Amino acid sequence: MILPILHTAMVSLRRDRAALALTFVLPIAFFSIFASIFGGQRDTTPKVTLILVDDDRSAASQQLVRGLERESSLSILLRPPSKDNSVAPDYTEATAEAAVKAGGAPVALIIPKGFGQNPIALGPQASQSGLQLLNDSSDAIAPQIVTGLLQKAAMTSMPASMAEERMKDSERYLGELTPGQRNRMDSYLADLRVREKSGALDSPSSSSGAFSGVIPVHERAVVGQDKKSPMVSFYAAAIGVMFLLFTASGSAGTLLDEADSGTLDRVLSSHVTMTSLLAGKLTYNTLLAFLQLTVMFLWAWAVFHVDLFSHIPGFIVMGLCTAVAVAAFGMLLASLCHTRAQLGAVSTLLILIMSSVGGSMFPRYLMPSAMQKAGLFTINAWAIDGFTKVFWRDQPVTALWPQVSVLLAIGIVLFVIARRIARRWEFA
Amino acid sequence: MASAPPVSDSSASFPLQIDTLVKRFGMINAVDGVSLEVRAGECLGLLGPNGAGKSTAIRAIVGRVIPDSGRITIFGAPADSAAARAALGWVPQELAVYPRLTCRENLVAFGRYHGLSSSQLADSVAWCLEWAALQDRAGELARKLSGGMKRRLNMAAGIIHRPRIVLMDEPTVGVDPQSRNRIFEMIEVMRAAGTAVVYTTHYMEEAERLCDRIAIIDHGRIIATGTKEELVRNAFATRSQVFARFVGSADQIAAWVASRGGRMVDATAEFTVARSTEIAGLLDAAAKSGLELEDVSLRRPNLESVFLHLTGRELRE
Repeated sequence: MILPILHTAMVSLRRDRAALALTFVLPIAFFSIFASIFGGQRDTTPKVTLILVDDDRSAASQQLVRGLERESSLSILLRPPSKDNSVAPDYTEATAEAAVKAGGAPVALIIPKGFGQNPIALGPQASQSGLQLLNDSSDAIAPQIVTGLLQKAAMTSMPASMAEERMKDSERYLGELTPGQRNRMDSYLADLRVREKSGALDSPSSSSGAFSGVIPVHERAVVGQDKKSPMVSFYAAAIGVMFLLFTASGSAGTLLDEADSGTLDRVLSSHVTMTSLLAGKLTYNTLLAFLQLTVMFLWAWAVFHVDLFSHIPGFIVMGLCTAVAVAAFGMLLASLCHTRAQLGAVSTLLILIMSSVGGSMFPRYLMPSAMQKAGLFTINAWAIDGFTKVFWRDQPVTALWPQVSVLLAIGIVLFVIARRIARRWEFA
Repeated sequence: MASAPPVSDSSASFPLQIDTLVKRFGMINAVDGVSLEVRAGECLGLLGPNGAGKSTAIRAIVGRVIPDSGRITIFGAPADSAAARAALGWVPQELAVYPRLTCRENLVAFGRYHGLSSSQLADSVAWCLEWAALQDRAGELARKLSGGMKRRLNMAAGIIHRPRIVLMDEPTVGVDPQSRNRIFEMIEVMRAAGTAVVYTTHYMEEAERLCDRIAIIDHGRIIATGTKEELVRNAFATRSQVFARFVGSADQIAAWVASRGGRMVDATAEFTVARSTEIAGLLDAAAKSGLELEDVSLRRPNLESVFLHLTGRELRE
């Protein structure tokens, strides 16, 4: 008796493509996404974008810049990306701070004037000419990576400065060197400088964690410094968008119920056309999604102190654009699928993949750059970017135009495709 | 009460006129050259077995199926025109109502879809609730209604805009005899108000009770049209049917029945006789052939007989 039951179940599964996809495709897709992000594959490890401002332009600061540029984990920006083939001026402290605030990079390093006179901090004057690290506190990882690599770069690219500074300390506390000692020391330092210039000291293996903290760094958050819960607004948007997608596809599924029960035929036999029917459902699903987002953010405001009421215009604009996009996405899925069960499986598959790649499950800056680019094909990424601009970066509504344009375009394109596919219900 | 927008109402315009309608699904001719018309205030029955093409024809009339060829007009207007849609009501075979809306909400929704104004809607909803005897259940969710009530709500939703011709596609499927009678009464009320009705069914009794004229449809073709009496007269003239059952070998019985010009239907021999006196001769011949008679009856032909006569199949096959 077991074999016939087994056979029946296997035949049923084989013919249920949606169940097959959920059983085999979804786990593999999820595994691949997580493995790519957290698997430590060296060639896909995300680079930290670092804006570098060298106000000192001394030999020591230039050595440090070169040392940082050699780090494969860093993507150094000395100036904004060029437009129209014209080279933009180098970042200044002010423009670097503005760029971090705008989300151009998670961290900026300012090498102040006078750094070269006393680059290494081993004594009481350590903090006088320290570097400034401006960071976006929504990214907790980037500043730590940069700080660590900074110390490594100092050790590997500025050994002469290190030795000279330690010599000065020795003289300060132990007394001046004899002329003979001074000559030998100068000769050694000259040799080190020659080797620095020749690159003979560039080997990463020459660095050692034993010297961490030799360059004083003053870290300052330029975004989110006054936010109580740095990641709450991010997750309100991230989780919100994911569930919006589920709600929208479920709600659009009423179309399938109506087709199944014959109600759709009856409605279309009246004065209602397919276009007006779909437009009505799109409007309903948009309002439902916006209401769902509103409830989500009200909860985040009441319980997690997200500053909703200072960002009402941005919230409304982003909320409505996101709602239009997810509603159209739901309509497209409903028009593509033939049964509720199929819709449930397909939407689960697509939404979970979109949410993981699009940043609803973990921030996109943790992902390899290729996956970050892939995320741009998801509604999640654009919506989360927009909400981050509103709630994290306190940017005005006008700064939302890229996200608004893309989300509205997604909404329109998906709706037009859904309308075209829905022709199958119009006439037999 | 709402009324349909003006359509051509000349005496020459039938409420419904179909001219050589053809609809194919792949290799199957679902509707194969159907032509018929419905006269003002008339109830036309479309009688045929399942799969005969009744529902496809109805769906073509309401614009849910695009014919491959042929022409359909409603009071002279093309079936896909706004005027035709306003004049046309459709009660589909499925329970096509919103299960999570109440009876009243369902009627309001479908009234709005048909473009009724608020004042028209209030009158029409009240009329429909009374017509369907659902006043007491106006606030009940549709999914909580009994099967018969759901059918009545389904019908009410089809005439909420007070159409002048209503297409009813097997409206009594799955209902108990009491509810069926209630539905018949509703249709009679509608007919008394002058509404033309097209009624599809595979129940002969329903067609006989409700319809002025009956079109028998099989394999997508209209094979006979007329009143019940005309159909019977055309098929059998004044002849009657004799049904006899014999004891014995089925092959022997079948061979003898065929030799006497009859046919076997469900182990019963069927003969057509011009006069009742012919029965004695028939039974005498059976006895001489060694067949033992079990029972015999004489009956005037009905629509079932007509269908069987025309197609060689029973109506409910």
